[in-house]
Amino acid sequence: MSDFSAIDHGQEAEFGDYVQLLKPRVMSLVVFTAMVGLIVAPGHVHPFVAFTAILFIALGGGASGALNMWYDADIDRVMRRTASRPIPSGKVGEGEALGLGLALSGLSCLMLGLAANWFAGLFLAFTIFFYVVIYTMWLKRLTPQNIVIGGAAGAFPPMIGWAVVTGGVSIESLLMFALIFMWTPPHFWALCLFMKDDYSKAGVPMLTVTHGRPATRKHILVYTILLAPFAFALAASPIGGPVTLVVALVLNALFIRGAIRIVRRDEAAAEADGYKAEKAFFKFSLAYLFLHFGALLVEASLVPFGFGGW
Amino acid sequence: MAIRQDHEIHARRKGRNLGLGLVLGALVALIFGLSVVKISHLVEGKLPEEEVAQ
Repeated sequence: MSDFSAIDHGQEAEFGDYVQLLKPRVMSLVVFTAMVGLIVAPGHVHPFVAFTAILFIALGGGASGALNMWYDADIDRVMRRTASRPIPSGKVGEGEALGLGLALSGLSCLMLGLAANWFAGLFLAFTIFFYVVIYTMWLKRLTPQNIVIGGAAGAFPPMIGWAVVTGGVSIESLLMFALIFMWTPPHFWALCLFMKDDYSKAGVPMLTVTHGRPATRKHILVYTILLAPFAFALAASPIGGPVTLVVALVLNALFIRGAIRIVRRDEAAAEADGYKAEKAFFKFSLAYLFLHFGALLVEASLVPFGFGGW
Repeated sequence: MAIRQDHEIHARRKGRNLGLGLVLGALVALIFGLSVVKISHLVEGKLPEEEVAQ
């Protein structure tokens, strides 16, 4: 009976492979920042509507992840870190990823529009468009500043969460955007320094390849310094408060100290201790973002007790 | 003659179908819940948008 072996190519996808297409680790960051944006916004939405909205913002983020994996399958095949992703490993077909990404994009924007408001739904659609078309298809392979542009896509979720409640944009939501936007380049370039992905072979103009590692170290410091004013502006805004200000002071001082350590080292020193400072900086960058948004959450939850905020 | 023996591929397919079934079930429950919330607001005499504006 040869019919059976004809379809047994041993690469049939599991449910989890489709989940992997949605980049669940990126989705967890989207869920957290969108949730903070939604909670700190002035006004009230029904808790079930809020839950649904965050779910569909996350799904929209996942859809853009699937579209990114569809378009970048050629790069992912070449690089060791990404070679085991569902498409390069042969578990999921490119057409399947494209179909899943498009279907989930449409579903998530439509459902967010129906559950919350059409401004939020359109904002999510714009975010997906920005990440997939502007970043993935256009600028990622064109400019060494690709991470800066990609960071913008990752910075939209708290603004969408804010828009779910308010139906618009305001200075506070723009400051939340600015914090993630300025944070992304130092966060990612630190990863580039110690991961040593083969971007040149994949044809992606990563800063470490085009301008060299010493220039990348300088870029990390410059962006870390430029990030601090936005953190303080956010702390001074109506959604900030004393807690956020103290958190911002401590975190930015530590973050800049880490960046100075990175810029003072050369490759030989970094090789010698296995990129210890770079890895520490990368780990701290995750805590930096989490604690900043956590502080905003604390501020909002203290308000009913007469504390929190200015 | 029926093929009786299950291949490892069948287990993967079963998992996939089960997962998709659960996702679709969750989507139905979600839309139902959302409808209940929205419609009960209408019954109370105010649109959800009005509540946002408050």
